[in-house]
Amino acid sequence: MEMLLEVLSGSFLLAGSLLCLAGGIGLIRFPDFYTRMHASGVTETLATSMIIIGLMLQNPGVLVLMKLLIIWLLILLTSPTSGHALAKAAYRSGHKPLTTYNQESSSSKR
Amino acid sequence: MRQTISLIITLSLFWLMNSGMYKPLILGLGVVSVFFVVFMVRRMDVLDFESQPMELLPRLPRYYAWLIKEIVVSNFKVVKHILVGNKSIAPAISLVHSDLKTDMGEVILANSITLTPGTVAVELEDGDITVHALHGADLEGLQSGEMSRRVAQVERT
Repeated sequence: MEMLLEVLSGSFLLAGSLLCLAGGIGLIRFPDFYTRMHASGVTETLATSMIIIGLMLQNPGVLVLMKLLIIWLLILLTSPTSGHALAKAAYRSGHKPLTTYNQESSSSKR
Repeated sequence: MRQTISLIITLSLFWLMNSGMYKPLILGLGVVSVFFVVFMVRRMDVLDFESQPMELLPRLPRYYAWLIKEIVVSNFKVVKHILVGNKSIAPAISLVHSDLKTDMGEVILANSITLTPGTVAVELEDGDITVHALHGADLEGLQSGEMSRRVAQVERT
């Protein structure tokens, strides 16, 4: 049981770290500001969740579990808010997003 | 009144989770601080549906389960785009219209859009959300209104 938890925890932590790494690569690789925001979205959501689940499986006391849960909720509530503020600030100050998608099929639907 | 009680319960639980010390003196101090905060909040008159949306509580778990699934799926999509490279992305920006009735519903929708990687809500005005997407196809998925419909189920009054 102990062993199983340890392995599970390790794999969650590893997956979280790899996702963080992927987010970082995307941050460098993507062409403009808005697309880079999407890359950071990976680190904000799934990577953080994986790492927190991994830490939870380290079998700490109930209090630490609760604190991890609060941290998780806090990140899930604040990251879209800050992300939205960032995007809105850029958009309002006239930073034009790079668009390459062919819109002909979507314009009719609204 | 119900909102006051709900706030007292939330604050007490939060205090108990953070403290971990259950000596009478410390517990007493906790009770005092909870009631002081409730007193201040009532005095400031900020206790309303928006700060304590308890009517939504029973309908939230179902929405969360669906949202988590969406977040995981779109995370993998974005990671794929990152690994394949810039040729696979086709960024687009467009309006997404929602028929939600309450501000609460619109905020839930906009935050859910931002929370799923690959789409970011850039602007929210009168139920029209300007969304930037990493790939235009994701935008069409949003415009088909599945997420908006699910939020409508949550906000239903």
